[in-house]
Amino acid sequence: MIARKSERLMNLTICLLVARHFVPKHRIRQAVEGYHDLSDDAFDRMFDRDKEELRLLGVPIEVGAINKAFEDEPGYRVRRDKFELPEIRLEADEAAVVGLAARVWQHASLAAATSQGLRKLRAAGVPVDESALTILEPQLAANEPAFDPVFDAVTQRRPIEFDYRTRGGGEPARRHVEPWGIVSWHGHWYLIGHDRDRGAARMFRLSRIEGTVSAGEPGGFEPPSDLDLRALASSLAPPQPHSSATVRVRSGAGDLLRRRATASRESADGWTEITLPYGDEAALADELASFGSDVVVTAPEEVRAGVVRRLAAVAGEVAP
Amino acid sequence: MTANAQTQVERMLALVPYLRDREGIPLDQVAKDFKVKPAQIVKDLNVLWFCGLPDAMPGDMIDIDMDALDGDGVVRLSNADYLNRPLRLAPHEALALAVALRALREASGEQEREAVDRTLAKLEQAAGEPVASAAVIDVHIDPVDPQIRAAVDLALRENRRMHLRYYVPGRDETTERDVDPMRLVFSEGHAYLEAWCNRVQEGRFFRLDRMTAAEVLDESASPPADARRKDLSGGLFQPAADDPLAVLELDPAASWVAEYYPIEERVDLPDGRLRVALRFRDEQWLQRLVLRLGGTATVVEPTEVADAVRARAQEALANYADSGH
Repeated sequence: MIARKSERLMNLTICLLVARHFVPKHRIRQAVEGYHDLSDDAFDRMFDRDKEELRLLGVPIEVGAINKAFEDEPGYRVRRDKFELPEIRLEADEAAVVGLAARVWQHASLAAATSQGLRKLRAAGVPVDESALTILEPQLAANEPAFDPVFDAVTQRRPIEFDYRTRGGGEPARRHVEPWGIVSWHGHWYLIGHDRDRGAARMFRLSRIEGTVSAGEPGGFEPPSDLDLRALASSLAPPQPHSSATVRVRSGAGDLLRRRATASRESADGWTEITLPYGDEAALADELASFGSDVVVTAPEEVRAGVVRRLAAVAGEVAP
Repeated sequence: MTANAQTQVERMLALVPYLRDREGIPLDQVAKDFKVKPAQIVKDLNVLWFCGLPDAMPGDMIDIDMDALDGDGVVRLSNADYLNRPLRLAPHEALALAVALRALREASGEQEREAVDRTLAKLEQAAGEPVASAAVIDVHIDPVDPQIRAAVDLALRENRRMHLRYYVPGRDETTERDVDPMRLVFSEGHAYLEAWCNRVQEGRFFRLDRMTAAEVLDESASPPADARRKDLSGGLFQPAADDPLAVLELDPAASWVAEYYPIEERVDLPDGRLRVALRFRDEQWLQRLVLRLGGTATVVEPTEVADAVRARAQEALANYADSGH
């Protein structure tokens, strides 16, 4: 069954591709083998389905009037210039780059789309080598369940709504968003779009979207014409350093902190006093607490108190 | 069923121009290039044999040399002049490729970036309009110290051993080691050097932003013959089955732990907390994680770790005792 259907779809494609003019439906029915022994109704249904499936593959089937005398019978054709992959010539190093690109996606449907694209390039004569042992391997995974629906909504410009959990925990809240784009930022996927509830651009971490993403009609919004995801991500992402803390670090410990320090002073007892820029007080207190007794906060008081509170909670002295 | 016929037609539309260009190519090579079994290609050829110009007159059909296929395992296809180019890239194919190339561009060193840019430009030209929508996905990789990156690139290119000063955050410790570089991997926003570590005699991943110094040595890199690149299909960090298991209870504020680390078990507790089981290789790492979580997580098992982390917190608090807290 599959073979017969594939054969029919291929023959239909060839029939429309080699035609110089729009081909009337009755001619198609004569010319393509699989349509011969069908009732009128069955042929109509099958032909409609076949056209739709070919369009899904990207075969550009056009409909047009054949001439004035046959106004009620549309004709069909595939324009070669819209069907064929344009000329593409790649130098050896460019072909190698394409081979590397084949391995980037670790995500099933995008990996499949990449492979199919590469088959077409190879069929067009581009020597793509996917097996070369390389020294450079960027990887893009997307394990978040929300990735696929959000990706589709972005490419089809469908507004979406979903339940979103904020970082602090608590009940998820319903959000209504015009999805402009997706960005991988510090290793996580985020949706960036217009938040209809807040009336402003917002960034949503895909892993915090819970349950199903429901999408509206395609073309339901217009993204900004000068969309710059990277600029948006950096303006919407957590705050840049604007304050600084003074911290004492035990000898031999806290190299990670020392590297970020803007000033550093050794003291006689072997400890080093460093100045650390920070943007998010809670995030800094979390990090400093992880060093245990190797790091002591001197100032500011909020960070110092934050670290003491965390340590006391871990020590079992007080509730967090 | 429908999906199968579509997949087959999609493949055949590429297969015909591919074969027209490669007369007498071995069947196995075709199967490899199309990532299917040879038997599938034979099925495709048997379908194509019945395809051709409208009205299906003999001599109008695509011709496949079945004797050569059966006898020599090579494919010869002719009489398909009207299918001499593959179909255009579909929008989702162009997008997937363009984003992959951008990720590659982001990951490339100075030397390769120019080739990636040329490729992207040519691809965009060939794909036409659809790729314009590639602006809807962006991949940002955290920048690393250019000197470190240049050293790693040089060592990989010239296959030379490196000496690293490397910070191990789990232990808050800076280590010195000689490594034999294998490849540079980018995953979840960070750059990692996969290398054979001569100190621990194991393949390891080293994050570039945790290298405090990277020196390229004169000696060649010579990882043992049985050193293998890790299969990354399951992610960069897969706990070993014999790593010890810890059970933690997480407040909602600490629930990110369950999405950040590979979790073996996850139970929603009636009070809104989460009980998770995760494997750890290094107890220091686990202790530091719990300290960082500042009381929003408790260690249920192993109890020795629970005791040790409590003692560490008390010891740290003593630093603040003189000024009172």
